[in-house]
Amino acid sequence: MDHFLQMKNVSKTFGEVAALHHVNLEVGTNEIVGLLGDNGAGKSTLVKIITGYHQPDAGGEMYLKGNKVDHLTVARARELGIEVVYQERALADKQSLWRNIFMGRELSDAWGRLDLRTMKEETRKLMHTLMGFTSSAITPESTVKTFSGGERQGVAITRALYFKAEMIILDEPTMGLSLSETKKCLDFVAGIKAAGKSAIFIDHNIFHVYPVADRIIVLDRGTVAGQFMKNELTLEELIDRLQHVAQTGHLDTRPRRRAPVKAKVAAKKAVARGRSRG
Amino acid sequence: MSQAQEAGRPLSPTAGKSWISAYLRAYPLQIGIVFVAAFIWVLFLIGSPQTFLAGNIYIAFMSSTPYFALIAIPLTLVVITGEIDLSFPSVMAFGMTIFDLVFTATHSVWLGFIGCILGGIAAGLINGVIVTKIGIPSLVATIGTQFFWRGGVMVLTNGQGMGMTDVQSTVLYPAIVGKIGGVIPMQFIWTIIFGLVVWFFLNRHRLGAHVYLTGDNVESARLMGVNVDLTKIVAFAIVGGAAAFSGFLVSEDVLFFWPTLGDGYLLNTLASVFLGGTSVFGGMGTIFGTFVASYIIGAIQGGIVAAGLTGYWTYVIYGLIIVVSVALQTVVGRRLK
Repeated sequence: MDHFLQMKNVSKTFGEVAALHHVNLEVGTNEIVGLLGDNGAGKSTLVKIITGYHQPDAGGEMYLKGNKVDHLTVARARELGIEVVYQERALADKQSLWRNIFMGRELSDAWGRLDLRTMKEETRKLMHTLMGFTSSAITPESTVKTFSGGERQGVAITRALYFKAEMIILDEPTMGLSLSETKKCLDFVAGIKAAGKSAIFIDHNIFHVYPVADRIIVLDRGTVAGQFMKNELTLEELIDRLQHVAQTGHLDTRPRRRAPVKAKVAAKKAVARGRSRG
Repeated sequence: MSQAQEAGRPLSPTAGKSWISAYLRAYPLQIGIVFVAAFIWVLFLIGSPQTFLAGNIYIAFMSSTPYFALIAIPLTLVVITGEIDLSFPSVMAFGMTIFDLVFTATHSVWLGFIGCILGGIAAGLINGVIVTKIGIPSLVATIGTQFFWRGGVMVLTNGQGMGMTDVQSTVLYPAIVGKIGGVIPMQFIWTIIFGLVVWFFLNRHRLGAHVYLTGDNVESARLMGVNVDLTKIVAFAIVGGAAAFSGFLVSEDVLFFWPTLGDGYLLNTLASVFLGGTSVFGGMGTIFGTFVASYIIGAIQGGIVAAGLTGYWTYVIYGLIIVVSVALQTVVGRRLK
């Protein structure tokens, strides 16, 4: 498989704290990678390295489409086709849909005069194709405030796709969404795959990640604890393995049945929480 | 969830009423302020018909309202970015102090005028840099610069004013405070020009798009690559330049530069912006609203005097207008959510 992103031996320490140690990770072209991990597992640090916000410690290497990249910056990462859909969605609530789609990248001439007609026309097209908004009450002039959580997430993903992102990083996109809204949001993630792009889908709810991911990577305490192709194992097996990671910090190929009671109860609770949310 | 969705976004309205409701939804602020203006005008007509049925009072509004409307219009940009500028009354006098110094040195009205505007822009830039690069809330920063520039004016002029009769011999005088056909004051024309230019920048230019985005959600704007700091600095600089222009206009109109110039313009300017529907929380506001609101504020001043009340009442009314219009925005805004 050819890779869009490869990270080799990437570590990151903040002062005394090692957030990531010796992480190896690949994202294939047109592959959706689910990145699972508890709070503090190093997910956001990893994302911030990929987007050029943080520099990795010396010794780590990053390759984009097979080319080594050093000293990645936020602007450079964007040029290379990496877009992030942030948890808070990076939308401007009181503004119209078209202003949100073109936020920070308004179409304008050399004098800075806006090309309103094209922006509204493009927004209308995107609404009918990528976003699938069919209600006649939504126009490019509708304010984003009136949209539901899943629709807002859709606006953010559509925006990234429109601006030719090669790989979209979704930072806990289902956070705070209702059941039906989560479904809408996951449809948008599936849309990324259909558009031929790659994605890293970060969440701590496996019930959201599993249906749309091609491959699942489990991050624990700053290391890659394991990874699976989705077609290799069922959701039930995955849950078992995750419980094991929660207890031991690493994955065995054969899940251990006899685990300390306390840890097992905690892990079960975590799974139950995930289930009720999903 | 679905209920909230339906409330915020009614299904396609029936054909007959659709264009009215569409306009209402698209321009609620603009339509609202026109109704407020009409209501107040009727009140004044009833209260003092002999004054408000004569043309003279309207000519008077056209010549005196621009003193602060010229600042209120660009100040709308700053307020939409979520900031505020309280230093403009002092900047009016600061610009004129530069005029005073340059004119005394060179005896050129034009150089003095250019110096005046540049001085205002510089003062605005300084406000913007203090707010964005140092990170002091604009409310505090511009109270500080308000005192600083006023103090600077007093020190530089030694508290002495300056006659402006020299300007009368240049084209600047008829161009800025002349009367078209002996009737329409030029300052009214300038207010319209300011309104159109700032409207263009706010609605048809990238700068304006960034002004709205910055005020709506500064973090989102930053994440999406909007240069938030530059946007705010430019907005402050425009207000500074406009304040200096207004200071020049006022001084020419009365043919004297008083070092206390600008005192008394703070409240009516702010009242114009907030009454015009610009959100004190940023992200929302229109130039049309500020334009109409500034004439309402100007009319209230005239109306109070015409109604036989003392001028002290104007402060009571302005204060009330600021509080009520901001409160209304907050309440209505909460309802819409």
